[in-house]
Amino acid sequence: MRNRPAGRLKVSEDIQVKKLLTISVALAGVAFSTAAMAADIKPAVLYDLGGKFDKSFNEAAYTGAEKFTADTGVAYRDFEIQNDSQREQALRNFAKRGQSPIVAIGFSQANAVEKVAKEFPDTQFAIVDMVVDLPNVRSIVFKEHEGSYIVGMLAAMASETGKVGFIGGMDIPLIRKFACGYKQGALAVNADAEVFENMTGTTGAAWNDPVKGGELAKSQFDRGADVVYHAAGGTGIGVLQAAADAGKLGIGVDSNQNALHPGSVLSSMLKRVDVAVYSAFEDAKNDAWTSGFSVLGLAEGGVDWALDENNEKLITPEMKAAVDKARAGIVSGTITVHDYMADQNCPF
Amino acid sequence: MFETYLHTMILILDSTVRLSTPLLLACLAGLYSERSGIVDIGLEGKMLGAAFGAGAVGYMTGNAWLGLLAGIGVSIFLALLHGFASITNRGNQIVSGVAINFLAAGLTALLGQSWFRQGGRTPPLPKEGRFQDIELPFAEQVETVPVIGPIYSELLSGHNILVYLAFAAVPLTWWILFRTRFGLRLRAVGENPAAVDTAGISVVWLRYRAVIACGILCGVAGSYLSIAQSSGFIKDMTAGRGFIALAALIFAKWKPGNAMLACLLFGFLDAVAIRLQGQEIPGIGDVPVQFFQALPYILTVILLAGFIGKAIPPKASGVPYLKERT
Repeated sequence: MRNRPAGRLKVSEDIQVKKLLTISVALAGVAFSTAAMAADIKPAVLYDLGGKFDKSFNEAAYTGAEKFTADTGVAYRDFEIQNDSQREQALRNFAKRGQSPIVAIGFSQANAVEKVAKEFPDTQFAIVDMVVDLPNVRSIVFKEHEGSYIVGMLAAMASETGKVGFIGGMDIPLIRKFACGYKQGALAVNADAEVFENMTGTTGAAWNDPVKGGELAKSQFDRGADVVYHAAGGTGIGVLQAAADAGKLGIGVDSNQNALHPGSVLSSMLKRVDVAVYSAFEDAKNDAWTSGFSVLGLAEGGVDWALDENNEKLITPEMKAAVDKARAGIVSGTITVHDYMADQNCPF
Repeated sequence: MFETYLHTMILILDSTVRLSTPLLLACLAGLYSERSGIVDIGLEGKMLGAAFGAGAVGYMTGNAWLGLLAGIGVSIFLALLHGFASITNRGNQIVSGVAINFLAAGLTALLGQSWFRQGGRTPPLPKEGRFQDIELPFAEQVETVPVIGPIYSELLSGHNILVYLAFAAVPLTWWILFRTRFGLRLRAVGENPAAVDTAGISVVWLRYRAVIACGILCGVAGSYLSIAQSSGFIKDMTAGRGFIALAALIFAKWKPGNAMLACLLFGFLDAVAIRLQGQEIPGIGDVPVQFFQALPYILTVILLAGFIGKAIPPKASGVPYLKERT
């Protein structure tokens, strides 16, 4: 007898607590969704293993995000992962804190984005370099082969030995796509050109090993190459350094790296990750967010080559004319650049 | 045909020399420490700390020598820390070494980020902040002489001063260890410290001198990475070289000459992996990259398992010395 009322009381207490909890959770949910809808968005960027300041791929994303903050005054959060297991954790943390849109940089984030995007269907996600087919994910991929074709032409025209080199980061299809476009471009100018290809490694560490990058570049110079193009993130710093030290030419990637060693960097293959990040933030801010996937090539301004005061002396009028012609050809469709990822094969 | 083979071989050996240098310096560093009875698995951390010190100071002052000095300073500091823990306080030397590795990995990234704001790396160094390659005299003149010419001008000439320093340190270490009074005592303190103590020589002071020597060499090794081989410090740039040096030390049975050969072997395998990547090998064809990347490790296992025989460390290695112990 004695116990019963007490027990009942306890049950009702429990119920009340639960009700309170649900209400607060619902409120929180409302708060979050309104935050996502309103103009004052809380964007976030998650960088890949190369790190925010790799002077290349990730730094391009950083530049885009910084520009957005400078233009709109909207602050963003970012995170540099230290190892693979942090990807999911970081994305989930962002989503839990109500950050949206969350832009994940790099193909390696695909699995994590897919998982976390399903858990948070009201949060907007974007991923660069990979396609994740979910209603709340925007996937942005680039036609790197087109830009690489252009710098491949430049390399073959600038080369005196007829031998040019390519140094990739991690050995993955995406990087082979760079290599294949580059090779096709070089061969288009000089059918006898020899193209050396090296990959730095097979793990994520290959994006951040300038010592190895420099050593690979030296080995290519020793074999006769005099222009070397890298698609290796932070590793590429060592490649460009080795080229500058040896009096050869390097070609930068993703960001404009011409200024790293003025006069020793022939050009840079620009991959406008900065534009991708900026427009993702901007679309979210203007309530114009779209999911689905977009492919950005030369025609869309997604890839390009860099010409500025640091390399204008290296680019002769003939080179510029040839490249401009090829560029127009690719845009109009008269020149097709082979996409390695289409059939996992490079026919050259 | 012979000419091209010779040329390729020389270029691979040239690359071998560049890649072996940091291993060799770290390996000799470990040799001093372990010969005195102090096990040092903190070589990696000391190298990393030195690489950061050298990179940061080299960038700020634009002077490679000041950078080297800073690198050595950081490394000696970490070595003394290890000495304080394991000699004075008789702590566990493995634990202390691991702690130094962690300390260096964390501190370099943290300080690098707060000073330079580039994700833990230093900005690229100016030309004067790095050690430039040195052309030996007559390198250009003899280049055309068959066989000897290219060996001299490509292989022996055209390295930076730290490379020559590293290889000069091998005979020097041998001489110190086996031909001087200090060397004799150093070896004795690693085998039987009680006997050294009985002879009226301070075990503690001897061991401290050994770890300082270790610090100096590790400092040069780390500085080589950041201000000679590449241009600036990068987070975790030692990439396990300290541990490979330790393996080479065991491999070499704690002897300087052997240490050089072991380090050259590791460097050679690395160089071959870089050179043969993506090239057709006559009779075999295109060998996958992964094979060459695994090759150094496969060979290490094979060599360690069967070919070098038993490696016996100095007897008192890893044992703290206590006067009262019988």
